[in-house]
Amino acid sequence: MKPYLLVDFGSTYTKLTCVDLDREYIIGTSKATTTVETNVLDGYNKALNRLLRDHPEIKEDKISGISACSSAAGGLKMAAIGLVEELTVEAAKRACLGAGAIVNLVFSHHMTKREIKKLEEADIDIILLAGGTNGGNQECLLHNAKRLRDSSIDVPIIIAGNKDASDNIDDIFEDSGKEYYIVANVMPQLKKLDVKETKNRIRRIFIEKIIEAKGIKKAEEQMDEIIMPTPEAVLLASELLSEGFEDDEGYGELMVIDIGGATTDVHTIGEGFPKRTEVIMKGLQEPFAKRTVEGDLGMRYSANALLSLVSNYEFKKYFSDDDKCDHNIKKSLERRKNDIDFIPQTKDEEEFDKAIAKICCDVSMSRHVGHVEVVHTPLGDMYYQTGKDLSDIKYVIGTGGVLISNSDAKIILKQVNKKSNRALELRPNNPSYLIDKSYILSSMGLLSQKHPRIALKLMKQYLL
Amino acid sequence: MKTVVIGVIGADVHAVGNKIIDYVLSENGYNVVNIGVLSTQEDFINAAIETDAKAILVSSLYGHGEMDVRFMKEKCDEAGLGHVKLYVGGNIVVGKQDVSEVEKRFKKMGFDRVYPPGVKIEDALTDLKEDIGI
Repeated sequence: MKPYLLVDFGSTYTKLTCVDLDREYIIGTSKATTTVETNVLDGYNKALNRLLRDHPEIKEDKISGISACSSAAGGLKMAAIGLVEELTVEAAKRACLGAGAIVNLVFSHHMTKREIKKLEEADIDIILLAGGTNGGNQECLLHNAKRLRDSSIDVPIIIAGNKDASDNIDDIFEDSGKEYYIVANVMPQLKKLDVKETKNRIRRIFIEKIIEAKGIKKAEEQMDEIIMPTPEAVLLASELLSEGFEDDEGYGELMVIDIGGATTDVHTIGEGFPKRTEVIMKGLQEPFAKRTVEGDLGMRYSANALLSLVSNYEFKKYFSDDDKCDHNIKKSLERRKNDIDFIPQTKDEEEFDKAIAKICCDVSMSRHVGHVEVVHTPLGDMYYQTGKDLSDIKYVIGTGGVLISNSDAKIILKQVNKKSNRALELRPNNPSYLIDKSYILSSMGLLSQKHPRIALKLMKQYLL
Repeated sequence: MKTVVIGVIGADVHAVGNKIIDYVLSENGYNVVNIGVLSTQEDFINAAIETDAKAILVSSLYGHGEMDVRFMKEKCDEAGLGHVKLYVGGNIVVGKQDVSEVEKRFKKMGFDRVYPPGVKIEDALTDLKEDIGI
């Protein structure tokens, strides 16, 4: 036996997954409340003791390695700044999301003093500054760099804008005492996306600085390293499962939906190119592995926001046909927002949670998938496509508390499907549904860094 | 190297002339940002902002150009692109109309150069060199 331990410091729970690298199976999992306010190791040790108690075959001194990811203490919070909303601002946002961050603030064009003040007051971990194609506009980038230099901001700043401005950026930040990094432009040419260097830099800053600031650094005494934010681990797991490894084939184009208490994350792996010849792509290039985060779609923290997205009348449509309860929608949502640890006790409460989950699924899908728009031309109808065409996606995988423990999880997930009243949304036509019942996706993302073959095998076994 | 944005505006899919313009201007030392067919005014403007373009060359072949370019100059001004030269060319009006009348109308709309059908791209190139240099 060669046990390998994977740790996920979540906002609520610290989750452990122990894998036997020799026999290639999951020995066991355990969890305990995250204790980031006091000592993060308390929660970790509690979970570890539970694991060792339930699985006496694991000998603590025989654990061959430990890797961890974290979304504790609010996750990785970023601000994205660019020039034009649809172009470099969007590119910067995608770079942040792809690195597993939450984008809390977004700015475009020339930053004003008011905006800088907002940024100074916000709780942000890293700032990403973009703007201009290579050879294009540098004036706005330099203006914003100067504003950031003159501010009281003391978090790392990543500059991923017009490369022509690099020397001037150095001049601006030299002797400023600010921590800044210049990386490759997120949009080197018009509509071309290049987020690799930015993502790598975000991860390095995360490892070197952020986990310390969030009180998770202590955990490193007991493990090899905390290598990435949890959402990035999920994205890496999804990529591996989609693409396969060496001779082991992957599942092809797929989607992962993670419905949490505060947000709904959607990850898709696939090009999403138009499937028909009369379709023309619009907008910024889509990332192959795309993640979107909906801050207003969640089971608890953001439950209240749902009524601003769907009307009372629409809400009722999400209840199942055999649900005879006359739910008080507003009250039920408020109750969940005010008590984030709320666990449904009655069948009616369960039904209500299911309806929330369905809305999260449905609305997050509308926002994640590409859309087509008809253009009548003298040569016949043509279509603009903005975003990814996901109609041929083969698998939709559900994860997150409400889905993994729900017997109706697949019914909830069906909300992602093509809908007759949303004909212009390029949703999946007829996918298969899988549930991350053992909650292993983030762990497998971590494991994929050193043992991709095993991670792939385990995902194929445990996603059902 | 000076950047110019080119493209075909509106519900127009004529791609051949667009490719010729791209080729000739690139060959003559311009950094050509080609946003292609079926482009909106906003596509041209956004591209020009990010790429720091010195001129926008709007093509139209299907006759509806006059509608498609309405208020484009105003939008450019609004977006801080007042200094960017605005060219338009092709079959830009419905039917056959008096060239000088057409030119007058488009110039009134704020276009710096207006090219009726049959003008060679080389002629526009000469104007471009004069207007923004190389």
